[in-house]
Amino acid sequence: MEEAIVTRNLTKKYKDVCAVENLNLSVNSGEIFGFLGPNGAGKTTTIRVLTTLTKPSSGSVWVSGFDVEKEPAKVKKVIGVVQQHLTFDLDLNLRENMELHARLHHIPPNERKQRIAELLEFAGLTKQSEKMVDELSGGMKKAAMIARALIHKPKVLFLDEPTVGLDVQLRRRMWDLIRSLSRNGTTVFLTTHYIEEAEALCQRVGIVHNGHLIALGKPTELRQTVGMITVEILGDGAFTRYEHFANRETATQYVQKLSSPTKSIIIRDSSLEDVFVELTGKKVDEE
Amino acid sequence: MLQTLQDIYAVVWVDLRFLSRNLGKTLALTLVAPILYLLAFGYGLGRGANIEGFSYLDFVIPGILALTAMTTSFNTSGLKLHVDRLFFKCFDETLMAPVSAFSIIIGKALIGVVRGLLSSAALLLACLVFSPLPSVSLLFPLSLVLTCFVFSFLGVVIAFLAKTHQDMTLFMSLVVLPMAFLSGTFFSLSQVPETLSIILFLSPLTHACLCLRSSILGQPFPWLSLLILTAFGIVFFVLCFAALKKSSK
Repeated sequence: MEEAIVTRNLTKKYKDVCAVENLNLSVNSGEIFGFLGPNGAGKTTTIRVLTTLTKPSSGSVWVSGFDVEKEPAKVKKVIGVVQQHLTFDLDLNLRENMELHARLHHIPPNERKQRIAELLEFAGLTKQSEKMVDELSGGMKKAAMIARALIHKPKVLFLDEPTVGLDVQLRRRMWDLIRSLSRNGTTVFLTTHYIEEAEALCQRVGIVHNGHLIALGKPTELRQTVGMITVEILGDGAFTRYEHFANRETATQYVQKLSSPTKSIIIRDSSLEDVFVELTGKKVDEE
Repeated sequence: MLQTLQDIYAVVWVDLRFLSRNLGKTLALTLVAPILYLLAFGYGLGRGANIEGFSYLDFVIPGILALTAMTTSFNTSGLKLHVDRLFFKCFDETLMAPVSAFSIIIGKALIGVVRGLLSSAALLLACLVFSPLPSVSLLFPLSLVLTCFVFSFLGVVIAFLAKTHQDMTLFMSLVVLPMAFLSGTFFSLSQVPETLSIILFLSPLTHACLCLRSSILGQPFPWLSLLILTAFGIVFFVLCFAALKKSSK
């Protein structure tokens, strides 16, 4: 199985709003794929369709070779999902929440205990296992969500904003975890608001805007489409101007030609964030 | 088959954990209202009155039992699922697990049945203090379990359909509450005008009440009502699937 996720002309309409339109994607097995886009671009809707929670209005979707609409039960066995918001049963303590997940995924009783202990240990939550979920800190809850999603050893892992609200240290541990999962053959489909996160983690990224896929490729490839070098011109009124150039020479020439010497100017490598802003026309988080 | 049973148990396991941790509190909570009814109506209003040849107290106990079974079953399965879906948002986790819709619906309804039976049993024990029950037949537990299932399934349907907390309370105030008071729980349907009694026969609780009352008081058993109650149960059960499908759009 080469492709872990395939969508063909995926469209999802809510009444007259089109959340996702004609999305064509394929994610390779073992790849870390970043799915980026401004708020309301259709990222979460796409994940909901891929994880069987929502039916597509038209088009087809396969996960791990199974048609999501026709064989949802098979898809459910191979996916692990970390939703954007917390999805714990707050009437249960942490270990019980993990146990529920293990039971629902048919992990045999003897294996269940060991697997839960392992993952709690990994997430640094062994001491917290008997606490009610609400007593945990935000970072711990998020770590617990990821630990829970791994109990049944999913082949394809969906992470919707997995590191929002995490301390930098914990975020980096998450990154290491995601990389090690990928090395062991797990496919990771990730949405994030932190573009640098996608740049650090993902082999390929797709950018969606208003339900359309507007860019797809390796982070460096996408940077090349905009320009590898960015010039920031500060002090032009309230706004900073960004100009992109293919290489340092053209950038320097441009800067030398600029008339006003009082402006402060930065020449730097472009980033995926520059690509994102160029393509979507606004900064993330602005909405 | 075995897998389905395990899945059902997995779904109901969560709620059983919670119940066992809060058993005392939960029972106390569900017993307050019925005991108040028992005191206010059975002892207060109806003292000395006779209905269908029984003292009002004997008459009203099965009614309050039916009402308790209904509200407890409905509230337990309905409210918990409602909270899981809209507030804890943890129901998605169940939906994304390789568990069939059948197992989810039965599992979610079962907790209502368990609590409905527990509360009814506790109430029954409390009632024995007030009045010895004339002649309880085996049809009594059957009717009680059926009643709990019917209203648990109803709770599951409504919880799937409710988009807000207000939807849920609206249904409880507009449907469950009037049903609780009017379905022959506190009075005999032979006492009300015919047109009204026809409407009241459309309420599943009316039939639950008739079954429970005759099986406790040793009257001839209303088999037709048992049949109608079963039909309500089947309809609500089928509606659960439609509602689940609708909720995942």
